Amino acid sequence: MFNDKRLRIITGHYGSGKTEFSVNYVIGLAETGKKTAIVDLDIVNPYFRSREMEPQLTEKGIRVISSSIKGISGDLPALPPEIFSVLQDTSYEVVLDVGGDKVGARALGRYHEYFDREPYDMFFVLNANRHQTSTVDGAVSYLRSIEQGSMQKVTALINNTHLCGYTTLEDIMKGQKLCEDVSKILGLPIKYVAVEKKFVDLLPKGLQGEVLPIDIYMKKPWED
Amino acid sequence: MAKELWKGNEAVAEAAIKAGCRFFFGYPITPQNEIPEYMAMKMPQVDGCFLQAESEVAAINMVYGAAGAGARVMTSSSSPGISLKQEGITYIAGAELPCVIVNMVRGGPGLGSIQPAQSDYFQTCKGGGHGDYRLIVLAPASVQEAVDLVQEAFDIADQYRNPVMVLGDGMMGQMMEPVEFKEVKKRNLPEKTWATVGTKGKRKPNIINSLFIEAADCHNHNVRLFKKYAEIEKNEVRVETYNLDGAEIVFAAYGTTARIVKNAINSLAKEGIKAGLIRPITLWPYPYKAIEEAAEKASVKAFMSVEMSMGQMVEDVKLGVNGKKPVFFYGKTGGMFPTPKAVAEEAKKILGGAK
Repeated sequence: MFNDKRLRIITGHYGSGKTEFSVNYVIGLAETGKKTAIVDLDIVNPYFRSREMEPQLTEKGIRVISSSIKGISGDLPALPPEIFSVLQDTSYEVVLDVGGDKVGARALGRYHEYFDREPYDMFFVLNANRHQTSTVDGAVSYLRSIEQGSMQKVTALINNTHLCGYTTLEDIMKGQKLCEDVSKILGLPIKYVAVEKKFVDLLPKGLQGEVLPIDIYMKKPWED
Repeated sequence: MAKELWKGNEAVAEAAIKAGCRFFFGYPITPQNEIPEYMAMKMPQVDGCFLQAESEVAAINMVYGAAGAGARVMTSSSSPGISLKQEGITYIAGAELPCVIVNMVRGGPGLGSIQPAQSDYFQTCKGGGHGDYRLIVLAPASVQEAVDLVQEAFDIADQYRNPVMVLGDGMMGQMMEPVEFKEVKKRNLPEKTWATVGTKGKRKPNIINSLFIEAADCHNHNVRLFKKYAEIEKNEVRVETYNLDGAEIVFAAYGTTARIVKNAINSLAKEGIKAGLIRPITLWPYPYKAIEEAAEKASVKAFMSVEMSMGQMVEDVKLGVNGKKPVFFYGKTGGMFPTPKAVAEEAKKILGGAK
């Protein structure tokens, strides 16, 4: 687990749960003892961004890089020069949480020279319960638009199918089927199946992709 | 249809399209940008019209024009943008045109913050623009309810020839929740015989207007409007009540704040304190009667309005309670949420004091 390329780019439709995946992934990665950083490149969403988790992540020894504007509440697309430091300093294991559409993905284009230079992983987080990515055609076209916007290629799929607090095992398996179909068409592997911890023992054996048990960090104000 | 996960703003836009809205005029502002964004994507697919206006003032006047021609039309914005639209809104109300306006409220005053707030209650329910007029105001508490209410809002607007405001907040716009699009219960809607669709030489032209040069005409127009408002007050009040039986304290809260309060009520129950909630779903017409009935209950010692503001709806709670019980307020504003814990603590302080 977490044995991916040093630079991991996390993309997906907004609502796919890519920030939740990114936060869980970077925490898991840090727990393996590696020097880790998460870069919040989300310039399209004003709420529910990984920078909101900065205190908890910093406490776990994870370096959090987000906007160069102080405070977490702005929606100014200001990317700090600090991002270059973790792209250049190869002692860091890096997770880049990218905005949820082709416009958001464009922020990544600015750093393409680093991805030309060094092999990277770019995960496409898929939630079969999101209307624009609920079919094979929809998912493929969304994935392509993100590749276009970011000027990078997706290297693997993540099944992160959920329905917020109402997820069932059927939802997860529906997402797995969608990922398998997309995987066949695009020749991309399914790298992880991200599920809330309570589902881990319920999943059938032999699924494509490693099971990544997740905790829910990005909560609504009434979800204490 | 199976449930899908929708972002509040997108869901609101899709609900409008499902309700037959084919014209959308808007201008971007956080935290409601996914509404115009979705409309820009979807309207061409349904032969509708999405137009990003040069300003909010232009957008609302385009709504005025399209509504006058009998179209199902919507605009959306967030607080500062809604302030800019007020002139158009009062003209639309004066000319009695149906349309739907969505406000995903953010912190104010002025540019304020981009985080969720409920501090546009006064603006929405007590005027906003000039003159004696009313907006019908719907306040959903979940994305599902937002979808249902937006779909119905177009029918309500058509039934009464009146603008309907759907009042959400930034959290409503930005959060993801499971949604199922349902068929709305059909209303018996009057034909739009007043719309400016061309006379074809067969009748006198229809005129869309809010100008009455003679004072008596303007007076009579207002009197007629208020007969209509009385009808709306009679027919359209909606409210959810929760745990009112035996409640010692009754909270009043609307929208997403009501969900925080429900959690507070459940945690108070664990400590043996009975608390209930009155959640207005229509902010105008306001459910005064539900408040009054609760105020008359022997078990009820106090009321507390919980809002993401410095205290606005609390004035309507006081009108409903009418001096029968003490009314308190607790709120956070500027983009802050009251937490369930803080709400419960406030309630305990009040009840402790009342004993």
